[in-house]
Amino acid sequence: MAPPLVTLLSAELEIQYVSLRNINLIVQKRPTIIAHEIKVFFCKYNDPIYVKMEKLEIMIKLASDRNIDQVLLEFKEYATEVDVDFVRRAVRAIGRCAIKYESIISTLSESLDTLDEPEANASMIWIVGEYAERIDNADELLKSFLESFPEEPPQVQLQLLTATVKLFLKKPTEGLQQMIQVALNNATVETDNPDLCDRTYIYWHLLSTDPEACESFYLKTFVDPMWWVFPVNPASLFRSAKDVVLAEKPVISDNSNQLDTSLLDELRANIATLSSVYDKPPDAFVTRAKTASQRTEDDDCPGGYEKGYSANVARQPSLAQVMPALASLVPDLLNYRIGLENNAIIPADEPTMPSGPPLPILLPAYTGQGLQISAQLAQQDGQIFYSLMFENNSQITLDGFLIQFNKNSFGLAAAGPLQVSLLAPAAAARTLLPMVLFQNMSPGPPSSLLQVAVKNNQQPVWYFNDKILLHVFFTEDGRMERTSFLEVRSLFHIALVYCGTKLSKPYIMKDHTAERSSSMSFWSVIAETTMDRLAASNVFFTAKRKHANQDAWYFSAKIPRGIPFLIELTTVIGSPGVKCATKTPNPELAPLFFEAIETLLKI
Amino acid sequence: MPVAASAIYFLNLRGDVLINRLYRDDVGGNMVDAFRMHIMQTKELGTCPVRQIGGCSFFYMRISNVYIVIVVSSNANVACAFKFVVEAVALFKSYFGGAFDEDAIRNNFVLIYELLDEIMDFGYPQNLSPEILKLYITQEGVRSPFSSKASNAQTAYPSDKPVPNATLQVTGAVGWRREGLVYKKNEVFLDIVESVNLLMSSKGWCWLWKLFLLMYALYNINHLVIAGSVLRCDVTGKILMKCFLSGMPDLKLGLNDKIGLEKESQLKSRPPKSGKTIELDDVTFHQCVNLTRFNSEKTVSFVPPDGEFELMKYRITEGVNLPFRVLPTIKELGRTRMEVNVKVKSVFGAKMFALGVVIKIPVPKQTAKTSFQVTSGRAKYQAAIDCLVWKIRKFPGQTEPTLSAEVELISTMAEKKSWTRPPIQMEFQVPMFTASGLRVRFLKVWEKSGYNTVEWVRYITKAGSYEIRC
Repeated sequence: MAPPLVTLLSAELEIQYVSLRNINLIVQKRPTIIAHEIKVFFCKYNDPIYVKMEKLEIMIKLASDRNIDQVLLEFKEYATEVDVDFVRRAVRAIGRCAIKYESIISTLSESLDTLDEPEANASMIWIVGEYAERIDNADELLKSFLESFPEEPPQVQLQLLTATVKLFLKKPTEGLQQMIQVALNNATVETDNPDLCDRTYIYWHLLSTDPEACESFYLKTFVDPMWWVFPVNPASLFRSAKDVVLAEKPVISDNSNQLDTSLLDELRANIATLSSVYDKPPDAFVTRAKTASQRTEDDDCPGGYEKGYSANVARQPSLAQVMPALASLVPDLLNYRIGLENNAIIPADEPTMPSGPPLPILLPAYTGQGLQISAQLAQQDGQIFYSLMFENNSQITLDGFLIQFNKNSFGLAAAGPLQVSLLAPAAAARTLLPMVLFQNMSPGPPSSLLQVAVKNNQQPVWYFNDKILLHVFFTEDGRMERTSFLEVRSLFHIALVYCGTKLSKPYIMKDHTAERSSSMSFWSVIAETTMDRLAASNVFFTAKRKHANQDAWYFSAKIPRGIPFLIELTTVIGSPGVKCATKTPNPELAPLFFEAIETLLKI
Repeated sequence: MPVAASAIYFLNLRGDVLINRLYRDDVGGNMVDAFRMHIMQTKELGTCPVRQIGGCSFFYMRISNVYIVIVVSSNANVACAFKFVVEAVALFKSYFGGAFDEDAIRNNFVLIYELLDEIMDFGYPQNLSPEILKLYITQEGVRSPFSSKASNAQTAYPSDKPVPNATLQVTGAVGWRREGLVYKKNEVFLDIVESVNLLMSSKGWCWLWKLFLLMYALYNINHLVIAGSVLRCDVTGKILMKCFLSGMPDLKLGLNDKIGLEKESQLKSRPPKSGKTIELDDVTFHQCVNLTRFNSEKTVSFVPPDGEFELMKYRITEGVNLPFRVLPTIKELGRTRMEVNVKVKSVFGAKMFALGVVIKIPVPKQTAKTSFQVTSGRAKYQAAIDCLVWKIRKFPGQTEPTLSAEVELISTMAEKKSWTRPPIQMEFQVPMFTASGLRVRFLKVWEKSGYNTVEWVRYITKAGSYEIRC
């Protein structure tokens, strides 16, 4: 794929620009395909600014250990150019690459002497302290600076102090003990900078109370100046100096210009179109066509249908029906009119939709070459089913459907074959696939991810992800009377972990909030409707307790293998939210559980 | 497939609409005002060729003194739209005989409208091949008296001939060629035109400010800064053909490309011939080339369209023969004087020569006086582009002329910032030389009647973007 992409870069500038935008999207998915071609993205002097900026962006994305030298050298070149915006971007690019590769630090020390800007010095000293373990002569470097400590500007002094303390904590040697004493002394006695003094006192305090750092350390013999600054119990302040000074820094990640994966996938489905240039899904910028288009749709004019298409880009089903027809229309250019006639027929024999509530679309028609799959896990009479709907929007008849589930946290697998045999163009089929649990368990912490692969004889294998909602597993034997509820609670006394969450939105009471104010508990209203629904999903009511202004409702549920969930829903009179807490011997399931409860309440 | 355009406008530099055509009614007729207001009259112009204003998106391109603007309101295919514009301009040029500018448009309104109707239908691009369109739109463009191109009125189709059936032409098995052509003399002209793109790095350390020193110290890459190395280098080539052949000939073209040669020696079970073979990175063919045969036998076989067409395009990055080496030394002597020495070495055969060599050596804006010494050609200072322009009309191979110049600068207190040193740029044409080393090994012509043909092959290498940083 790389050679054609590279060839596009010798086309006209405007085409180059569109290509670069698209390459940028491709690179985010598969950086390897074009990684060794990085040189083609080097900017030419006469490239217009929009091409240069895009090239820079791609170079940052393609930078790797192998080519970082070259890329940095190139960025350096750009940093001397005329265009201010571009220079700024180039300098930032250097920074962004630096975030990616902090691996080659040990050799910086030689350049320390050559620096004379205080900022540069301060940064260098910070680097020496931060990466002290990788720089062999870190102590010598710092020592030479400590000699001139009083003359250094304050920002260098601060960094010097921090670096020395860091170095000491990393390799506490004899020589360093002296060094640190010099540093601490200098920084408290010989300076009148309050920032520096304060920081020194804190370090001093930390070092003197840290048993690890000061085992044989003379600092103890000093009067810890902290005591007269903050007369508090040392034990309460006790914290390892290492924990504080060498605390893990937040990783500076470079997320700028990174798009979210689902958006990326959608953009990649729209390659070469405006959508890929704007980095927006089509419905974000295509406004609905004017009312005039409605009129033309009724006319015999071939444009009418087309117009409907442009207006309805966002609406999946209609688009899906039109797409194949359009695809057939475009290639044979002169048979244009014939193609349109076919096109006009399509809405007439619209596929009859199999009945049932709509299922979430997991494989949209535009990724599935016209095959659209919607599916959801469901429970019926204690049996778990995977409810699937296939819609064939392609031009060919599809047959030989097979389904396969990847290992998942609950070991969900198909209990029988898929009951879909043949799918004619524009037909749809709905089926219930019985499922079994604990068949192919995946190790690791529980996750709600369910990866599904569907195959047929005509198309490649389609993969899509579904979400396992825990409530489909709730079993009918989850009911617990009050006594057994308390019994279980005491039985699992230690094993039970209390997990709480606040369901942010007042899902269930949103219709009632307005009229029933504080006089009545929300739940007494909700109870009748919600309770039935929860019971239908095998979440059973056990007890209710009333506090001053809050109601607590207790429920129980059980999932296979007898894992109980004791649930507490709390509502506060006058406030719209619901708080949910659960006790379970398997606390790692709690996040999934909360998700399930939220879904149940939301319906 | 998404549409490419809802409307197309041709504007002059002032923003007056020269000509326009609406293909779909989802954009208003006054949209071009938005373009004029929000793009042409602002600094936005030239910052990005794709813009959204309100519900509409604008794609624009500047060709000489004309802006071509495409307006859409749906999620259009931008790449296709730009390609359409490029092809349309090529088509117009072939009708007008060379130039495409405001005057050419004004002189050819009727023709352009006719063409615009033909080449795009309801926002979808149609056939843009000049050779085919010239069969049906037989109007000739009005040539500007200043147009230098010689008239190519001697077309294969005198207008008194019956116009063939358009549908048959495009939908037939060989859509690009008409049956029953007769020429007295059967000739094929083959031009291999290559353009070399080069980017050479600077020779040594440039001035750096502190941050860079720091960064470079961090990454320890001082050792990499070596005397001018090739940063990137590639050749984009095309094979242009002009066919004047009778009947339905079948042509087969053999090149010295690696895959083709290997395949051939495999088929004939003969060891591959020694000699230079080249590796084509990416090849694009004209629609007439039989791709199944290319995939199986790796030979380029085709039934050519009549007249002029581009048979294939290719790109090469490995083993490029650079025709010229440029060795610049630019010394800044204090703040008011500069010494420029440039040596250009031609590294092609001594019997060959390059034509129209131009070397542009940038100098600072505040240049006051220049003095030159050149061993060949002529040099002068062009203040408009801040360059020393050195021209050598005829540049033989294996020679190395030099330019040495002294530049005096006005010392300005304001311009404290160091001069950024743009790259040296070069233009040239080297006939009978291919930078890629590509050669035509054979061009065979078969026709039922078995006539004899005369084949002419030409090679030429031009400078694409030939930049040497200094």
